[in-house]
Amino acid sequence: MSASDFAIDVTGITKRFGDKTVVDAIALRVRRGEIYGFLGPNGSGKTTFIRMLCGLLTPDAGSGTCLGYDVRTQQADIKRNVGYMTQKFSYYEDLSIRENLDFVARIYQIPDRRAAVQRSLERLGLAKRSHQLAGQLSGGWKQRLALAACLLHSPKLLLLDEPTAGVDPKARREFWEEIHQLAAEGLTVLITTHYMDEAERCHRLAYLAYGRLLAGGTLAEVLAAAKLFTWSVAGPELRALAAALRGRPGVEQVTAFGNTLHVSGRDAAGLDATVAALRDSRHEWKRIPAGLEDVFIGLMDSAKDNFA
Amino acid sequence: MNGLSFHRLWAVVLKEFIQMKRDRVTFGMMVGIPLMQLMMFGFAINSDPRHLPTAVHLADTGPFARTLVQALRTSDYFQIVHEAESEADTQRLLQLGEVQFVINIPVDFTRRLLRGERPTVLIEADASDPAATGPALNAVAQLADTVFNRDLPGPLAPLQAQNGPVDFRIHAHYNPENITQYNVVPGLMGVVLTMTMVVITALAITRERERGTMENLLATPVRPFEVMVGKILPYIVVGYIQVSLILVAARFIFHVPMLGSLPLLYAVALLFIAANLAVGITFSTLAKNQLQAVQMAFFFFLPSILLSGFMFPFRGMPEWAQAVGSCLPNTHFLRIVRGILLKGNGPTEIIPELWPLLLFLGVAMTIGVKRYRQTLD
Repeated sequence: MSASDFAIDVTGITKRFGDKTVVDAIALRVRRGEIYGFLGPNGSGKTTFIRMLCGLLTPDAGSGTCLGYDVRTQQADIKRNVGYMTQKFSYYEDLSIRENLDFVARIYQIPDRRAAVQRSLERLGLAKRSHQLAGQLSGGWKQRLALAACLLHSPKLLLLDEPTAGVDPKARREFWEEIHQLAAEGLTVLITTHYMDEAERCHRLAYLAYGRLLAGGTLAEVLAAAKLFTWSVAGPELRALAAALRGRPGVEQVTAFGNTLHVSGRDAAGLDATVAALRDSRHEWKRIPAGLEDVFIGLMDSAKDNFA
Repeated sequence: MNGLSFHRLWAVVLKEFIQMKRDRVTFGMMVGIPLMQLMMFGFAINSDPRHLPTAVHLADTGPFARTLVQALRTSDYFQIVHEAESEADTQRLLQLGEVQFVINIPVDFTRRLLRGERPTVLIEADASDPAATGPALNAVAQLADTVFNRDLPGPLAPLQAQNGPVDFRIHAHYNPENITQYNVVPGLMGVVLTMTMVVITALAITRERERGTMENLLATPVRPFEVMVGKILPYIVVGYIQVSLILVAARFIFHVPMLGSLPLLYAVALLFIAANLAVGITFSTLAKNQLQAVQMAFFFFLPSILLSGFMFPFRGMPEWAQAVGSCLPNTHFLRIVRGILLKGNGPTEIIPELWPLLLFLGVAMTIGVKRYRQTLD
């Protein structure tokens, strides 16, 4: 695969704020036309990493390219070809939808601006509301406006920082339909999220904690690499059972999921022995495949917190 | 349960104190502003200005003339800083604002005094600020009766005449009727521009950062410089509207004389507006939120009103306050505006006030732009 097949191809990207290393030697390759999910706890460095990719911050160390442009020196070219949607709604609340889009179109010097704005309004279903002030829109509509604005200049790469936070499930689903449609048209998308169902909708995933990349690959690869074994148990007095399980050999996580407990660990033999010892007739024990959330929580617990 | 609860009330009070403690700038302002006002009102402001710079034009250097000058000097109101050579010289000093008064002692002063002819001593005053000249001129009137009492003993005593041996004529230049508005209305231009320009720019840029729109903006190809200038230009237009409004009001409501060139005034106003905008930008880089930006603007605004010579005579203030005042762009702009409107000053006369304004603009712009750059990363 040649270098030009990667929309993002960086290695060793590092950013320090004071004596805190917020992003620590991250290497990442994202293929063109791919939806790449970026997961990790709050404060894991996702936003800082994205800001380095789109030319807002210069990395302290590391190198690489974004859309073939050097992330250290060609930030102006990157900005022209990347659409960045910030975590917080960051368009003008005292401007109408159309005025916001018009402003963005002027900034990018889009030819035939009026037509471009009109097309964008229609594509995202904003045409009827175009005179509403952005500040009066609900979360879902704000998110649509933000997406419309960062697509206006036909970017080749979309960087979306928690775009669906605070958006209702229906709007989220529609949003993802749109993202998949865009990817099918050849756009590369890097998206951060805390939702596991959204992570599963990505072509590839990466998990970031404390500034380091802990896992990466397709969903299946991430699950397989984690080598996590999980038992599910249903029955009475789960709280007591959970307390009894914690700290036993092989048990790394005990998580309540409604009326069941998920018990998981990487040491299969130890875990099986513990389960065998505690097994009784009142509870129903089942082996289940490890879920993404279990994997990520396992990764996070095993990573050392560099801020602690 | 729904009555007034002291505990709930106390919870709110405590929370408020914690927040107050966290917002250092606000806390600083709460302490700083009263202190600043105390210093300025308590020490700096003086409505009875003394030691006003004065030039003497001695056409007669006889002992009586010397005595008169000495008497004026010991009155504390006049500080002789110049011995002018000619009439033209004295006019120039007044026009430039280097002296507040010129005292002209005529050629035949001694002779006429001894003859009992009540020689005329002309005191020319720069009365553009009536508050600055008033007390000194009152002092002169009292002085006139007694100044030569010791010098005119025995046989000369009759010269001490009832209405004084010397006839002091006062010629109030630039504002002969001592109309306060002539001084205040042009001065208001500087004050209004300071207030709006600093606050508006500080707010406009802080708002962009506070709402997160700045980050979005910077992720686009727009250059930081374009953002800054683009945000400032509309306010320059606003500033010019304010200048024009004040000029129209000055002309048609207050009938302030406009002797000098209005295009020159508009050109200097641009510098002054730019200087204030640069201060606004600097504040916007320091302020974490819009409230702090307003507070900082207020911090700048207060001395610009009180120490600039707008409200109180500049020369009445102690040295330190004059030094502070001289660092403020408003001080120099006021003098330029008053000079152009009331004295008809042209480009050459305003140069002494122009370069401090330029210097301030340069320094403020450098700091503002440098800090603005730092906040981007």
